Amino acid sequence: MKCSIASDKFRRKFAEQIEEICGERISLCYQCGKCSAGCPVTYAMDYLPSQITRFAQLGLTDKAMKSSTIWICASCQTCSVRCPRGIDLAKIMDALRILAKRKGIVPKEQIAPLFDGIFLGSIEKYGRLNELSLITKLNMASGRPFKDVSLLPIMLKKGKIKLKPQKSNPGKEVRYLMRKVEKLESK
Amino acid sequence: MMKVAYYPGCSLHSTAREYDISFQLVCRKLGIELQEIPHWVCCGSSPAHVTSHLLSIALPCKNLILAEEMGLDTVVAPCAACFNRLKIAKQEVAEDSKLKKEVEEVLGKPSAGKIEVKHPLQVIIEDVGLKKVEEMARRKLQGLRVASYYGCLLVRPPSVINFDDPEDPQSMDNLVSALGGEALPWAFKTECCGASFSLSETDIVFELSGEILNEALEAGAECILVACPLCQSNLDLRQKGIEKRRGKKFNLPILYFTELLGLALGMSMRQLGLSRHIVNPSKLLERKLAVT
Repeated sequence: MKCSIASDKFRRKFAEQIEEICGERISLCYQCGKCSAGCPVTYAMDYLPSQITRFAQLGLTDKAMKSSTIWICASCQTCSVRCPRGIDLAKIMDALRILAKRKGIVPKEQIAPLFDGIFLGSIEKYGRLNELSLITKLNMASGRPFKDVSLLPIMLKKGKIKLKPQKSNPGKEVRYLMRKVEKLESK
Repeated sequence: MMKVAYYPGCSLHSTAREYDISFQLVCRKLGIELQEIPHWVCCGSSPAHVTSHLLSIALPCKNLILAEEMGLDTVVAPCAACFNRLKIAKQEVAEDSKLKKEVEEVLGKPSAGKIEVKHPLQVIIEDVGLKKVEEMARRKLQGLRVASYYGCLLVRPPSVINFDDPEDPQSMDNLVSALGGEALPWAFKTECCGASFSLSETDIVFELSGEILNEALEAGAECILVACPLCQSNLDLRQKGIEKRRGKKFNLPILYFTELLGLALGMSMRQLGLSRHIVNPSKLLERKLAVT
């Protein structure tokens, strides 16, 4: 694999950005690979979790943030529990996803970030999650309109999903809260 | 009577109604009064913590403040994901003064610091105690072979959760043994089920949950016991799809620990909402426990 390593200054800046978001220091990683050994979803990733940490250490921001790995991570925290250096890698994955979303470099084929946006849209509107609209909107946005449609009758019959959305009374409070978060973060 | 604030979370009002029903019934029987937090909001779950760190802390904190305003000292959250997010938010705000200031600015209120966050399993094991549960049981589990599945968020990260073991937890197994069931040793207690990928990356759920079902069956399980609505949904609702893909029948009922406890305390399947499961547990339970 041919790649150019970033300058010292740039590398430090990227490490600092990650630390600023999640409080974790990527420089602590000594590449033992224990995180990758225990990760249940490496089979679906383009790079191993330990490789993502290495990219981050070397300041290869694009390689880290454009990998499928950060979107395939299921946040199960197995890596975080087992890291001999005490790094919470699940938090670093979060930080990389947050940075990628901020920079608008989320790969189009990834469905997980679409899910995140629609989920947060639902709680912004209702204060709570509305499953039916989440499924419908996600199916449309991801170009799979009939996905899981066959499960709907049994879910309705078993009372697992409602046609009417559940609401938290002062629903507008969550919208207001989200605006304030956005405002603070853009400072 | 012990009185606690109740944070059901979105799932217990929709896909996991039977967890809500059985937990409330069990609490009534054990002398725990649950008071649902008025106007609670979603904890933000995974979509918040992969989008904005501040949002992922502010949403749980809003609920913690509401719970503290009720004048209670404990909030109980049955969904492992909600439980995890509430615990993390509480700890991060306590340890990071800059974050605390930002959260307070967002919420326009001082953040809650005193209220304790607990999972129902913790309340039953630590506060009620297995001895009392055993004494109150009216029905033995008759050696029912149970694989207890804890999943990720109930036990990780241990520095925040501070309950049970992150690799080989025992609390549900101990409950099963105390009630006369057979708690099976198996290796997949804390393997990930695919969690919130159920709708977005369903193939991952098919794969991971498929492995869990397979391991449980190999270990000799007649059912799997869970303490999280996401785990339940992935193993139950997706079981047919998994069977189709693997060309193997599992037919494993996925029960909430509150349901099994409710049965042991003398409640009926109907009362506990067991007909809401996709994989029907009634045949197994009628045969083994003679319940209706």
